[in-house]
Amino acid sequence: MARGIKDKVAILGMGCSRFGERWESGAEELMVEAYEEALADAGIDGSQLDAAWFSTHYEEINVGKGGLPLATALRLPNIAVTRVENFCASGSEAFRGAVYAVASGACDIALALGVEKLKDTGYGGLPGSLGGTLNAQWAATGSAPGNFAQLASAYRAKHGVSRDDLKRALAHISVKSHANGAKNEKAHLRKPITAEQALNAPMIAEPLGLFDCCGVSDGAAACIVTTPEIARQLGKERIVTVKALQLSLSNGSEAGHNSWDGSYFHTTRIAARKAYEEAGIKKPREEVSMFECHDCFSVTELVTMEDLQLSPEGGAITDVLDGFYDAEGTIPCQIDGGLKCFGHPIGASGIRMLYEMYLQLSHRAGPRQLEAPRIGMTHNLGGSPMSNVAAVCIIGAAD
Amino acid sequence: MAGISAYGAYVPRLRLQRSAIAAAHQWSDPSFKGKGKGERAIANWDEDALTMAVEAARDCLVHNAAPGDDAPSVLDAIYLASTSLPFADRQNAGIVATALSLDGQRRSLDITGSQRAGTTALLEALQAAAGPYTNSALVVASDKRQAKAASAGELAYGDGAAAMLVEGGDGLLTFLAGVTETADFVDHFRGAGEDFDYTWEERWIRDEGISKIVPAAVQAVLEKAGLEADAVDHFIFPSTIARAADGVAKAVGIKGDALVDNLGANLGECGAAHALVMLSHLLEGGLRPGAVVLVAAFGQGCDALLFRATEAARTPQGQLGVRGHLAQGKASDNYMQYLAFNDLITLEKGMRAERDDYKTALSVTYRKRDMLLALEGGKCGQCGTLQFPRTDICVNPQCGAHHTQTPHSFRDSRASVLTWSADYLTYIPNPPSHYGMITFEDGGRFMTDFTDVDVGELDVGTPVKMMFRIKSSDRLRGFVRYFWKAVPQRGQSA
Repeated sequence: MARGIKDKVAILGMGCSRFGERWESGAEELMVEAYEEALADAGIDGSQLDAAWFSTHYEEINVGKGGLPLATALRLPNIAVTRVENFCASGSEAFRGAVYAVASGACDIALALGVEKLKDTGYGGLPGSLGGTLNAQWAATGSAPGNFAQLASAYRAKHGVSRDDLKRALAHISVKSHANGAKNEKAHLRKPITAEQALNAPMIAEPLGLFDCCGVSDGAAACIVTTPEIARQLGKERIVTVKALQLSLSNGSEAGHNSWDGSYFHTTRIAARKAYEEAGIKKPREEVSMFECHDCFSVTELVTMEDLQLSPEGGAITDVLDGFYDAEGTIPCQIDGGLKCFGHPIGASGIRMLYEMYLQLSHRAGPRQLEAPRIGMTHNLGGSPMSNVAAVCIIGAAD
Repeated sequence: MAGISAYGAYVPRLRLQRSAIAAAHQWSDPSFKGKGKGERAIANWDEDALTMAVEAARDCLVHNAAPGDDAPSVLDAIYLASTSLPFADRQNAGIVATALSLDGQRRSLDITGSQRAGTTALLEALQAAAGPYTNSALVVASDKRQAKAASAGELAYGDGAAAMLVEGGDGLLTFLAGVTETADFVDHFRGAGEDFDYTWEERWIRDEGISKIVPAAVQAVLEKAGLEADAVDHFIFPSTIARAADGVAKAVGIKGDALVDNLGANLGECGAAHALVMLSHLLEGGLRPGAVVLVAAFGQGCDALLFRATEAARTPQGQLGVRGHLAQGKASDNYMQYLAFNDLITLEKGMRAERDDYKTALSVTYRKRDMLLALEGGKCGQCGTLQFPRTDICVNPQCGAHHTQTPHSFRDSRASVLTWSADYLTYIPNPPSHYGMITFEDGGRFMTDFTDVDVGELDVGTPVKMMFRIKSSDRLRGFVRYFWKAVPQRGQSA
């Protein structure tokens, strides 16, 4: 029987670049920016790293394949570097590699670093991806917003929600994230918006308007992990440990079997259940202090509240409109602005989410610091509602 | 003895109003002012002669055995007639056959190169069925001719297709005789690789061509059948030249009321398919048993075919046919959209349109031809779950059996919308891109493109049917990819 990852690995240091349209920087410079901050925070130098995990998604417009781009940009001391790719959950995957390496005892100190340079395409939004020579011949013609917008139609039908009510809740989600992002100097989008702006924005994919979609940003995030013992030996205070780390991947049943109704994430529900079990959390709505969810689109955030068992099924709209997830609410969500406003450099996002939870748990979140959070959760999702990778990670103060 | 035993047709949904064409060109040619009457059928961006041929064939075969089941054992040949086929060297009839699960041991051929290709194919099929080696043959004629902006063809042409099932025996229309007159009379031509027709003076075509060549063929076929001209009850002769059919009828002594509606007002002239389109339209009204039908078509000569209706022709078979499709039309006065669909104008499509979807891997396309062209998925022999695509391991989470699936086509299955969106971000020639998950009535689902859909029309639960369409065009290499899309089920269904 597996015993899980709880409290076996501590975060020694983290770093995150400024996210946004970083016209002046390539992936290499962004990696160095996040890396230097993480090293300084950890109080070590590069020669102390035993291995590294590197996450990026779009090799076509980014740095190419393999682990070499990271090893070269950071001049790592000829250690093992593994590139991982798992769609938008790639960052969580890199973190998982580094954490497991430390937990296994194979490494004392390991690095996870994710980066994405998206603003070298010449247009807004993400480049298309094809998925191979067969899929290109039959997969529906759509985009990420179109894929996630599918949730809205099914959620409305299942719960009998009018389009207007749904749009109001979605607008609240975006307004909240913009308000939070305004307090984050590293965030891509830092202007507050009103509900009217969100409701009247140009349509991207019915019913998602411009403000229902997250930023397409350049950025990098890094995390250095070690054992709690080594962290203490290195003089680390307020030690934050990993409580749970779960991934769940679709196996084609949502896309091909009529048991799924299209209104929720089958994988998120599984990953969340396993993560709570691993972390020993019985009542998530009462025990989770704060979380970062994969708010690539406002509707993703809405249904994820229920998939993470924080809102009751069909109850997310009420919770959202009641301010339950606002910065002053019961369980603040996207305190750093989330993908929506901090930005979404694909390969970096999972680690960026952990960065905010770590800052909050370390009481170093500046103007957006919450009062005494104990448990932080990240939910990092890649793919589309019908076929995806869901990562749920829980971190907290060491017991 | 041979005859036609079933018929069917396809007309695309959009009807471009000729008033919109006329309004666009009056600035340069005032004569357009008087040419704005009626409407013509235009293909959607994802339709061509091949997709229309598949749909006409499905309409024709709808009351026969499901193509995937019994038909292959009796159908001996598939003829595809058109002058606008997408491939010059890849048999187009073979694509139609595969889409209908009619590939395998069966003759298939493309008949092209003339406006009478449709009647030539029909005549060849009838003669084959009258002989010892052919029990039945499917004849499909389809055309989507390009016309230059402000040309006569732009107003006169229509896009459409028809199909006829030919069998030994009397059928509903018994074949009496056929004659072909070959003459290299070039009223118009389209050079190899050219997009557009080059046409000579109408008066010369009528006086020196039609009025001399067609009567000779008609008289010959009547003579062959031992019939007088006034025995003809229905005379089908497509021509965009005013009173051309009338002139031929008068010249040979066919009754004036025998002239069959050429559908110029509400469909347009469907090129090589048009004689068969008019024939389907006629049959859809039901025919008096014993009625004599003469079908002629002009094009570097003339085909003339003579038939007699049997008792089976009295009652329409109930296909959607030309009439059903005409009734389902959607009027459009968006002339710019028509230009864009037909690449008659250079539009800024944005960087998203630049992407090159790899060159099509022909090896994959062949390996998965039943999936891609015939919409074939699988049925699990253990749990009975229908699924698309077919895989080695059952998709049912409660089953998961290995190597249990047998082929199952979703082509004719009813489905409804589970999720949808209208996507304005992604590049598509007719934005927004409507797509979503559909679930089939008897099981199975997949994420599909919707086509022929209006903004605001889709909802969860909307019933849809599957149609064969262009998935994408690889312009760099001149390749067209086909797949199936979902279309809202409207009104009468076939």
